[in-house]
Amino acid sequence: MAVQLAHRMAIESDMVRADMVEASEFPHLVHKYNVFGVPKMVVNEEVEFEGAQPEPLFLAQVMKATMK
Amino acid sequence: MLILSEDIRHRLKGEFKGLPRKVKLVVFTQEFECAHCRENTSLAQEVASLSDKLDIEVYNFALDKEMVERYGVDKIPAIVVEGEKDYGVRFYGVPAGYEFTTLIEAIKGVSAGESGLASKTKETLAGLKEPLHIQVFVTPT
Repeated sequence: MAVQLAHRMAIESDMVRADMVEASEFPHLVHKYNVFGVPKMVVNEEVEFEGAQPEPLFLAQVMKATMK
Repeated sequence: MLILSEDIRHRLKGEFKGLPRKVKLVVFTQEFECAHCRENTSLAQEVASLSDKLDIEVYNFALDKEMVERYGVDKIPAIVVEGEKDYGVRFYGVPAGYEFTTLIEAIKGVSAGESGLASKTKETLAGLKEPLHIQVFVTPT
């Protein structure tokens, strides 16, 4: 769900790229980004949020990265 | 050995009949020190074999530097889902369980070149002036 939403945003905008990251295969990233629960989103290394969210809330969280 | 069951292969063949445009799965792999690379490549190959609208290219992460750089891939296993252009859709690690559905949805979305997002979301994204990189961490379910 979260990955699909992120991918859709990448399809929509040339400014967005979106990665699914399988946590168990990349333990160093789990450590780097303090992934304790999934889904966990990391946007531009600056904004982090967790949990399944409806589209408007997901978008609002993602857009916080543009205000940094 | 096939990863996908006959049922799923049959269902996907049907779903892929509706693909409007070609999609290419660009897979990055390595022979050594990559526990899930072989499985990831096999999965992508099986999916790609289910439609003539789907192509697959497999590159060696250690050797094919030019492609690694072109797609900005920084870890493996990786799958880039590319349509008429590279939309920036990436899978790092095997898309298993629920994320297999995500892979199929990504293929359909990229083929159509249509996000299916709400018009309000589209408006907001149209105003972006700087790049956004979204990483979504998941675990197999």
